[in-house]
Amino acid sequence: MFAYTVRRVFVGIIMLIAMSMVTFVLFFASPIDPAQFACGKNCSLEQRAQVRKGLGYDKPVWEQWKNFAVGVAKGRDYPEDKSLRKSAPNLVAHCAAPCLGYSNVNIATVTSEFKTRIPVSFSLAIMAFILWIVGGVGLGVIAALTKGSIIDRGLVGISLIFFAFPTFFVGLFLLKFLAIKWGFFPVPNYISIADGGVWNWMVNLVLPGLTLALFYMAGYVRMSRAFVLESMSEDYLRTARAKGLPGRKILFKHTMRAALTPLVTMAGLDLAGLLGGAIITERVFNYNGLGKLAVDSITVYDLPTIVGLVLLLGSFVIVANIVVDILYAFIDPRVRVG
Amino acid sequence: MSFLSVRDLVVHFKTVDGVVKATEGLSYELERGKTLGIVGESGSGKSVSSSAILGLHRGTNALVSGEILLDGVDLLKINDESIRRKRGREVAMIFQDPLSAMHPYYTVGNQIAEAYRVHNDVSKKQARARTIEMLERVGIPQPDRRIDDYPHQFSGGMRQRAMIAMALINDPGLVIADEPTTALDVTVQAQILDLLQDLQREFNSAIIIITHDLGVVAEMADDVLVMYAGRAVEYGPTKEILVHPEMPYTWGLLSSVPDVVGDTDAKLIPIRGNPPSLLTPPSGCPFHPRCDHRDKVPGDLCRTTLPDLTPARAGGDHTKRCHIANPDEVYATEVLPEIAPLFEEQA
Repeated sequence: MFAYTVRRVFVGIIMLIAMSMVTFVLFFASPIDPAQFACGKNCSLEQRAQVRKGLGYDKPVWEQWKNFAVGVAKGRDYPEDKSLRKSAPNLVAHCAAPCLGYSNVNIATVTSEFKTRIPVSFSLAIMAFILWIVGGVGLGVIAALTKGSIIDRGLVGISLIFFAFPTFFVGLFLLKFLAIKWGFFPVPNYISIADGGVWNWMVNLVLPGLTLALFYMAGYVRMSRAFVLESMSEDYLRTARAKGLPGRKILFKHTMRAALTPLVTMAGLDLAGLLGGAIITERVFNYNGLGKLAVDSITVYDLPTIVGLVLLLGSFVIVANIVVDILYAFIDPRVRVG
Repeated sequence: MSFLSVRDLVVHFKTVDGVVKATEGLSYELERGKTLGIVGESGSGKSVSSSAILGLHRGTNALVSGEILLDGVDLLKINDESIRRKRGREVAMIFQDPLSAMHPYYTVGNQIAEAYRVHNDVSKKQARARTIEMLERVGIPQPDRRIDDYPHQFSGGMRQRAMIAMALINDPGLVIADEPTTALDVTVQAQILDLLQDLQREFNSAIIIITHDLGVVAEMADDVLVMYAGRAVEYGPTKEILVHPEMPYTWGLLSSVPDVVGDTDAKLIPIRGNPPSLLTPPSGCPFHPRCDHRDKVPGDLCRTTLPDLTPARAGGDHTKRCHIANPDEVYATEVLPEIAPLFEEQA
């Protein structure tokens, strides 16, 4: 098991390196010149060259990537050009290892930007995750137990409706009615636990969390329903009944254990994807999370932030994959090796 | 009164295509310490009728009627909670494929102990001790270690032994074994059957063994019930039926048993055609479309009239459902010479 984990982590690191390379290449393959973009419309050729030098975009791609890699390992100083650093020492910014880069747009290192954004996206993801797992699995099980009835059809149908509606619509709808018109919730505005306590943190997360959860829930309602029904038709459930076990024990010990195991994989990967930020929901509710940062950095051609985000989100997914696989070995005895 | 008495058991399933008549008016008796073999093709209603004893059709689309008297109590009349308390304690079931019949996520010991604890107010420790005792009794080596194994770590034969331990841990009066050896190697089959017989002697339980293997019936059963299309077509003491079968379907079953020890030139004659649809069973005798002997019955009787379950010519407890007037003659002259006489009259 240990050797397996080490091997998986190693492969994950190689994947991250490859991802950073691809991002660099793609960035410079784009027809838009980031220096031109930063310099503005009325920009002479000399000014543009100056800006390019200042941003560090004047070197070949592979050298820029090498500097980036060294920065991750050792940290680096900005701007890259030594003559520029000498001429304006008061503008030199140090980026400590692991340095993912320095964003000239945000005037901050990428890591420090992440530090303020991650709590927002994580809070949102966790709130959404709790709502959709509880709601999705709970309703899915209810649908399975009432298979064929009006409740079953209603639940599956309603979840499909929420799945079909785009997030920005559901988000705006909830914001407009539940928060602004009827005032059931405050107009969401991220408040950290340190600033406002657990209650304020939670209340402000309900609407954006629900917006995301409603979308994910549809899939989980249908899937947990299908898994529970499949599990209920297994021979070992007939054995459990033939033993004389009471109904709730059959349901919770025998049916659910088998039905919900496959959901662990999905839930783990979905959560990992969501930790990297919910682009639309964060925009609708004006949450400064990673998703909003991603959109902003792409629109202004902020390479260091883009690369940093790609690596961050990539590592979330890779770590989640490894965690899910290890978790699976604990849940399903047949997967255990040795 | 018998220990188990099934009378006019009817099991129908309501489906979108119509009513599936899985069991039609089945009756039989069974005493403690005795074994009844229920034989028939797939879909003849063997398993369905036996599951009805445990009330496993409750809460499904099944319509069950008739009487199932166990120790004088009608199992079809008592409420769900009462039948649940009898499951596993008074009536236990052993299933065909022990790998799929055991929960893959729980240890063998956990699943057996669970069967004990649900009916007995004992501590986990006591249940575990009892489980080890049962595993040892069914012949699992090192039971104190194997108890913590998962089903997939057991071999097929060991899994079936564990299933038997699970079924017998509460010392039930009636054990229903639903094709207990079908999924096993031939060598293991014999061991499992021996084990069942030993345990039956020890616990004095009644056993219903469901099978389509007449060899199993010959070895295990005191009585045989041959089922076709949800009905009993021949019923009586095993020796009687295997030596003097009077129903063409039973002849067919006997003809399709391969004989590997004796006369290997003997023909293996399958029953032609397929088992009938239980949704729209044939008119008259349900076997008539596949019967080679229906022209021996005058008129259209086989096609129009369902024969009653009448005493066989040999008399006694042997009953059969057939219009043929001289079945023992037909069997002796037409059927027996063609097949390997696997079950000869004991001289």
